[in-house]
Amino acid sequence: MASAAPLLTRRSFLLAASTTAGALAIGFVPAEAAPRAGSLEPDQFIRIDRTGTVTLIVPFAEMGQGALTGGTMLVAEELEVAPASIRTELAPGDDTLYGHALFGDQITGGSASIRGGWMTMRRAGAAARTMLIQAAARQWSVDPASCHAEAGIVIHPASGRRAGYGELVDIARTLPVPQSPQLRTSGFKVIGTPVRRLDTPAKVNGTAKFGFDIHVPGMVHAAVMACPVLGGRLGSVDPAPALAVKGVRQVVQLDDAVAVVADHGGAARKGLAALGPRWSGGQRISTAALIEGCDRALARSGVTAEARGNAAQARTNAGSVFEATYRLPMLAHAALEPLSCTVSLTKEACEVWVGSQVPGHARKAAAEASGLPLAKVKVNNQLIGGGFGRRLEHDWVRQAVLIAKQVDAPVKVIWSREEDMRHDAYRFHNHSHVRVGLDAAGMPVSWEHRIVAPGVMFRFLPIFTKDGVDLDAVGESGSQYAIPNLHIDFVRHEPPPGLLVGNWRGVGTTRNAVIVEGVIDELARKAGRDPVAYRRALLEPGRLRGVLDRVASDAGWGKPLPNGTARGVAIAPGFGSYVGMVAEVARDAGGGFRVTRIFCAIDTGQVVNPTLVRQQIEGGIAFGLGAVLYGRITMEEGRIVESNFHDYRVLRMNEMPEVHVALIDSKEEPGGVGEPGTAILAPAVLNAIRAAGGPRVTSLPLDPSLVART
Amino acid sequence: MTITITVNDQMREVDSEPDIALLWVLRDMLGLTGTKFGCGIAMCGACTVHLDGKARRSCVTPLESVGSASVATIEALDRTPVGRALQKAWLDLEVVQCGYCQSGQLMQAAALLAVNGSPTDADIDRVMSGNICRCGTYGRIRAAIKLAATGIAAARKAA
Repeated sequence: MASAAPLLTRRSFLLAASTTAGALAIGFVPAEAAPRAGSLEPDQFIRIDRTGTVTLIVPFAEMGQGALTGGTMLVAEELEVAPASIRTELAPGDDTLYGHALFGDQITGGSASIRGGWMTMRRAGAAARTMLIQAAARQWSVDPASCHAEAGIVIHPASGRRAGYGELVDIARTLPVPQSPQLRTSGFKVIGTPVRRLDTPAKVNGTAKFGFDIHVPGMVHAAVMACPVLGGRLGSVDPAPALAVKGVRQVVQLDDAVAVVADHGGAARKGLAALGPRWSGGQRISTAALIEGCDRALARSGVTAEARGNAAQARTNAGSVFEATYRLPMLAHAALEPLSCTVSLTKEACEVWVGSQVPGHARKAAAEASGLPLAKVKVNNQLIGGGFGRRLEHDWVRQAVLIAKQVDAPVKVIWSREEDMRHDAYRFHNHSHVRVGLDAAGMPVSWEHRIVAPGVMFRFLPIFTKDGVDLDAVGESGSQYAIPNLHIDFVRHEPPPGLLVGNWRGVGTTRNAVIVEGVIDELARKAGRDPVAYRRALLEPGRLRGVLDRVASDAGWGKPLPNGTARGVAIAPGFGSYVGMVAEVARDAGGGFRVTRIFCAIDTGQVVNPTLVRQQIEGGIAFGLGAVLYGRITMEEGRIVESNFHDYRVLRMNEMPEVHVALIDSKEEPGGVGEPGTAILAPAVLNAIRAAGGPRVTSLPLDPSLVART
Repeated sequence: MTITITVNDQMREVDSEPDIALLWVLRDMLGLTGTKFGCGIAMCGACTVHLDGKARRSCVTPLESVGSASVATIEALDRTPVGRALQKAWLDLEVVQCGYCQSGQLMQAAALLAVNGSPTDADIDRVMSGNICRCGTYGRIRAAIKLAATGIAAARKAA
């Protein structure tokens, strides 16, 4: 979903609109459906009551990325109220009412909340403001154009009359909802300012409620374990040891899992640990076989994803050819909040509380699992303790509803860390082969990139596929450079049945940036050219070259560094943004590398909130660096080996580099910021390691001998 | 069996097997859900609380081991000057993203500042590296701890 991002602002929007006919709700519900007694509800997003309180129904998930704050700012700008004065509620799962402008369905992913909300949220705010101004004008018998709104008040300067929004609600709700309200195009008051995050106060005093914290009256707690072997089933289980634990009520058996239901999570977990379930069947696959499968796929030719000139011929005529094979591992998301889902199920209705990046999909999954019609299923979205793509799936929602079917009370199903790690929607192995034809000066005349990856988008978001190509998998895979002959070959290679693979922060951009930027860097080295100058020579003037120049300048590129220290550079477009990064590494006495400083420049168009952008870049760096140092999920005999943070290490504070982020001043439409930082981190670090005298790393994670002892 | 513990200065009776981890007692029996479950094996720090002022991982602290110790959770952090200074610094420096780890980060940081009024980077790394943040707020946490320490020191001087 990332790769097509630059196209999305116009063309893909139309594509989305045409291919998801009926499911796309970008604008407004019909006016006659809106009014509710006592409040102005021009659409599915905004509610203003007689006290003047504005409530925003936020269509995005809030998982730390700040969409709740950013979305509120967009509404506040047009509605002429302070962002902090707006009450927010997370929208329920509803793909029709709350579908994303770029994706069709209600999806929080692809670094696209602000991109999708840029028009919808501002239009919603502007429509309400327009109606309130018209209401005041009608009441005062003046021209609406002679009135304006400010800080929740409509003002008629000529007469000095003023009316608060709350006083105008009753008239405003009788007026038609404007379909194309006028939007501010400059002179922003809120957009571009470092408004404080609205969700922070509750997150520093323990009152913020995440999905894991939900309490429903009469609720019981269930700890669950699915078959640890890929595709296996539950054979048999003796419930007695669990039932002997005080507080345990019930042992629930599913086809492929067992759950222990208890009065509290502690008893449920203790009961589950006491069980000795026997599992049957499944595929005894190991990581070596998965890697072999990817290598075999690398020997096939696939579907042409992109072509310019004649790459094969240009290579044949080239002075020399450079080739590289990259192998990237399977990765877990390992968000800090393990999965959970609370379900209240009766014969008539199903209510679900879950933190979801796709609450509309979760609703459909709950409907299917419960056997109830969609209209009888409600999904209440919750704050998420880190998503990173894991919660773009809904496998655990289905599982929770199936458990709820056997439990005579509302039930909160909680996953252990081990369950979360071993039943993730992994980023699958990705292998790539790049062949570059070079001229006598060492500049590329042809670029051939074969990408072996699963076609996640065929399942997840078919509008991001075209003619057999997963557009996310092939994004940013070489065409960002002005190389005359280019061929991108997509070999779709699916994991074995039963292994769920999905989206991981940075998606296709992340996997391709490490390859493209590694190869380009090595070409510069072979040509004896400076890596920044080499890239510049392959870039037209523009935003990508702009971030390269900026980050090189900020990082003091070219200035000497102490022995054993070096810089690496990398750049990439993606998610509607352009990002450049310089990493500094230092080699310790044992030969391992420590990342000491990161400079990043991002051109993300119009910045809505600079604090949120910086946070996302910093976070993307930490997420990406943990994966570079340690990230690898392995499988033995059909079982995921890693289980918790001791054997699936992530970045810790003592490994966090100093980070400097520069935001390029721009009035272009906003781009995405949640993923570019992760995408560009790995190549910048690997290029720095190479520059410091280390090897050219073409597979991840780093060999432990290259990681500084901490 | 009924066990009495002191949580946030209140005596609480809980009916539980004695080996149940304090985390679940706090969250599911006492409704104090600010303390988070992250890993269950003391590898992430999300469940950090104070026992007599010292940071403890409640996910591996059996109820029976609490005894007469005074348990403090994130819900009571604002009852101490150190806690309030940390919360303010967290807000002023916009530390938080998803927030799931931050209860534990704050409790760990409060335990640090209680014994070390002006921690260095190395001190902070040593004490805070057991607390995982997947959103990558580490740099801001470090700065916020220092800011809080400065604020507390200034307040002491003024008093």
